[in-house]
Amino acid sequence: MAILERSPKTKQGKPSRQPAPEDALTGTRGTRFSRHLILCLVGLVMLYPLLWLVSSSLKPSNDIFRQLGLWPENWDFSNYEQGWNALDQPFHVYLINSMIIVVFSIVGNIFSCALAAYAFARMEFTGRKLFFALMLGTLMLPGHVLLVPQYIIFSQLGWLDTYLPLIVPNFMATNAFFIFLMVQFMKALPQELDDAAQIDGCGPFRTFLKVILPLCVPAMATTAIFTFISTWNEFFGPLLYIQNQDLYTVPLALRAFMDSEGQSMWGPMFAMSVVSIAPIIGFFIAGQKYLINGIATTGLK
Amino acid sequence: MSVLTKQAPGPAVGAPLGEAPRRRPPRRKNQRSGYLFLLPWFLGMLFTIIPFFASLYLAFTDYNLFTEPNFVGLANFQAMFEDPRLLQSLKVTFIYTFVSVPISLATALLVALILNRGLQGLAIYRSVYYLPSLLGGSVAIVMLWRYIFGNDGIVNGFLGLFGIQGPAWVTDPEFALSTLIVLNVWTFGSPMVIFLAGLRQVPTMYYEAASIDGASKWRQFRSITLPLISPIIFFNLIMQLIGSFQTFTQGYVMSGGTGGPADSTLFYNLYLYQKGFTEFEMGYASAMAWLLLMIIAIFTAINFIASKFWVFYDN
Repeated sequence: MAILERSPKTKQGKPSRQPAPEDALTGTRGTRFSRHLILCLVGLVMLYPLLWLVSSSLKPSNDIFRQLGLWPENWDFSNYEQGWNALDQPFHVYLINSMIIVVFSIVGNIFSCALAAYAFARMEFTGRKLFFALMLGTLMLPGHVLLVPQYIIFSQLGWLDTYLPLIVPNFMATNAFFIFLMVQFMKALPQELDDAAQIDGCGPFRTFLKVILPLCVPAMATTAIFTFISTWNEFFGPLLYIQNQDLYTVPLALRAFMDSEGQSMWGPMFAMSVVSIAPIIGFFIAGQKYLINGIATTGLK
Repeated sequence: MSVLTKQAPGPAVGAPLGEAPRRRPPRRKNQRSGYLFLLPWFLGMLFTIIPFFASLYLAFTDYNLFTEPNFVGLANFQAMFEDPRLLQSLKVTFIYTFVSVPISLATALLVALILNRGLQGLAIYRSVYYLPSLLGGSVAIVMLWRYIFGNDGIVNGFLGLFGIQGPAWVTDPEFALSTLIVLNVWTFGSPMVIFLAGLRQVPTMYYEAASIDGASKWRQFRSITLPLISPIIFFNLIMQLIGSFQTFTQGYVMSGGTGGPADSTLFYNLYLYQKGFTEFEMGYASAMAWLLLMIIAIFTAINFIASKFWVFYDN
């Protein structure tokens, strides 16, 4: 994983590093205009499916495939009400189910990955380098290799049809990506912080909790948002472990919706699709800074 | 990172040094607490390593979850190479990967280059392009794709404006996979954000020097930009390859779990799921997982070897 440690950025003593390279804000007015035009068009094409989804959720089912336009001719808000009650349980049950898994996964990932990252980034002990290499190795391991034995273990523990197989692994720092993210972040903090804390009589755990952790809020926020989005979207895990309809997560509920009503109740189905992606878009808007910094960091450091 | 300028809120910095002369204590060397911090991770590793070897063992057995595994040697691997559906699933996965990964990386780089020209509204464009990559793997969006590309969907509606009769994208085996390739390209935003961050690290001075020497824009791109961001291209390539080899949800939702029409969206992992968890051929499924691991390992190794010839590290 040499790529992750080496970077193309200039080290100290090399030429200046300006945020905006090349012809910043230059170019003739014409070229700048044409760039904006291209970017806007591409953006519009990319957003169009999402806008169409929202607009379709507000149209009567019969109009959806008859009108290409985005603006509904006949507004129909009843799609939301119908969709909400179309399955065995009202839709908020599935939202709550997903939320339970998400909350525990976030807590687990932050807790276990921060602990591991602190050890890797700021402590000395025998085997640290070896363990770190092992951790980076698991970053590339395709999950399906572990699938069958893990399924067997969970079924023997009697955890099928519970959320435990989806939650517990997150408390065991199995997500190497987040450890890596936090290691990068913690390494950038000055070592003097630990030294000073030690002089003041803090043990390693107090140093971690009172000194380092409060400084890692941005990295923890990135972890929380990424965990939220990937857990909220997660389809394979719930598909494998959850059979009981009352325990369905949002993606499972949507799939069930499509299987049972997908041929006719387009409006209600699109309405519930909007409901299912709205939290992601909300979190994205709220936490953009952390997301974009986080994803940029993974490729650069 | 702005964090460096912040003060620690705890008692740490600037607190009076109780007993005087002890300067700069050694870096914390505390074996036991190091392992204590890693305790959850050790448990997780145990939960990774044991299944890892267990699945290697199961790959050589006939196992249905209900009776004891029965050692059969290489039979699973032999059966795989005679299994037409397995070969089909490899084909689907390879086509998907080798078409969509280059297109989305090229798009990501191109858009990042345009965005990097110091245009106003960079943050807005970046957000708009990045958002789809958060949604591309969700059931809602794959479902939406089914209807966008459906017979009366907006794609055919749009083609109809030009008098073109579009094909039945979703139900025609020739076209079903291409809709998912489009979906994957739609999510080019996440490599784009990484490219953008990399482009911003290229020192302006190089371009100034080059333009004084009379180098064209294209030449500057070839000789400055491309070599300096090659490590990032490499990183994105590896990550995208590994990710797309493991595609599952897209194929499952698009085909209602079957991989159809005519197995045209039967992704490797979808077939693995069918074998392991609907037919309960766990031994075969484990062997499939190991074949995928080997394929990914080989491609990653090829990439690492090839990278010596085209990836440039400046330190």
